[in-house]
Order: sequence, then structure tokens, then C-alpha cells
Amino acid sequence: MKIKNIFDIAGRAMAAQMVRLNTISSNLANAGATTGDPETVYKPLKPEFKTQYSENVKKNGISTVNVSKVVELQKEPFKIFDPNHPLADGDGYIYKAPINVEEEMVDMMDASRQYQNNVEVVTTLKALTLKTINLGK
Amino acid sequence: MDSIKKQLTFFGNALKVRNKRNDIIASNIANAATPNYKARDINFLDEFKKVTNTGEIRVTHSNHIPTKNYNISGKAFYRDPVIASLDGNTVELSVEQMQFAENTMKYQTTLKFLNGKITKMLSAIRGE
Repeated sequence: MKIKNIFDIAGRAMAAQMVRLNTISSNLANAGATTGDPETVYKPLKPEFKTQYSENVKKNGISTVNVSKVVELQKEPFKIFDPNHPLADGDGYIYKAPINVEEEMVDMMDASRQYQNNVEVVTTLKALTLKTINLGK
Repeated sequence: MDSIKKQLTFFGNALKVRNKRNDIIASNIANAATPNYKARDINFLDEFKKVTNTGEIRVTHSNHIPTKNYNISGKAFYRDPVIASLDGNTVELSVEQMQFAENTMKYQTTLKFLNGKITKMLSAIRGE
């Protein structure tokens, strides 16, 4: 798809930030998840952002952002000794998803700020366009 | 007909360049979280000189034909960050927001001037 105007720029940036917010909420939802097997434990998800330039970026300087892929971070799960836990393995260990809640919260605030910025840009430029259409009235 | 056009093209061109700059700053804000993205911007005055006939080739003789380059294809420069960030991204939201506010304000000012011109011409046409 071509990137032509402000709605393409900010719209896609908002979509990218939304993917970021989705991964953050998935991570937070799974923050306390425990398993008895270190292989199946939840791994934090992170999106990879990549700049997408318009075809004639040399002329109009327009670019936006896309999520190129969502990756699973290969972090070691938290190993906790809890032999009374129903999911504990043979040695009495359970495995907790390696999610840093504080880090995710900070990331969430950043993502929502970025989203708001893009909304602000669209609102401002939409108002300007409407004013331009109403010229001479 | 041409005299009416002349009245309007000056501010029209200014609006065009302002709009281009808005798009570029919006691209910067869109990429505020993209690693290795470099913030860009254009110099309004240089771009404006390019679209009006005050460019490099000046009209110094009555037989000269003024050069007009209506497709804005100027250089977009890279912004020098105040504080460099670790991920190679040079977008600073505070800077971009200020530039965006300034540019939209100036767009509105130009719009106001253009509106004034149109109102004046309309009242001249009506003979009020």
C-alpha cells in the first residue's frame, strides 16, 4: 500500500503502537503464569519496529512505521523451589514466566504517549485541512 | 484572469511548503520509537525560494523568462539531536512537537492572509 498523506503516516504509526500495546498487555496478563516445565513457560513478546519510506521519499520526505515482526524474547524462566505446588516437577521446582512487570509498565506508558502524539498530529492537520477547504467563506 | 492567479499563488505556494513540512514532521513523530530512524526536516525559506521565482536563476532583464519549479523536490536534512539516544533514533519528541506547533501556527497565519486576499477581491467584485 502506498503512503500518500498524513492519514497513512499517523494511521500506521498508531497501528504499530497498538501492536506494541497488545504485546505489553499479553506480557502483563501472563506475568504470574507458572508451569512445571521450563520449555513451555510463557516468553515475553516484543514487536520489532521498522521505518517504512514512501516510494518517492526523496521528493516528499514521507515515512511511517510498521511492525516487521513480533519476537519472543529468549529469557530464562524464574526457577522457584516450591515442592507443594501442584505443578512442581520431580525436583520440586516450578517455572515462572520471565516478565519484568515494572519494565512492561514503563513501556506501556511510552507506547500510549506515542499513540496520543499521533492522534494529536491527525487532529491538528485535519482541522487545518478543513480550514483550507473553507477558504474564502 | 492572470492577475487574480498572481494574487493567490504566493500564499498558495507558502501553504504547499508548509504542508510538506507538516508531513515530514508527522513522519518524525510516527517514527519516534523506531530504532535507528533519523529525524528529518526541510528549510522553509530555501524550499519557498525554489517554488517562487526567487530561485538561483534570477530575472534581471525584461526578456528573461522566470524559472518556476512547482514540484517541490528540495533536500530534506537530518536533524542534529540535542541528546543522542542509545538506539540510534534522533527523534526528540519535545523538539518535534515544538516544530510541529510552530509550523501549524504559521500555516494558519498564511491561511488567514490568503483568506483576507480572497475576501478583499470578493468585495471588489461585488463593488461593496
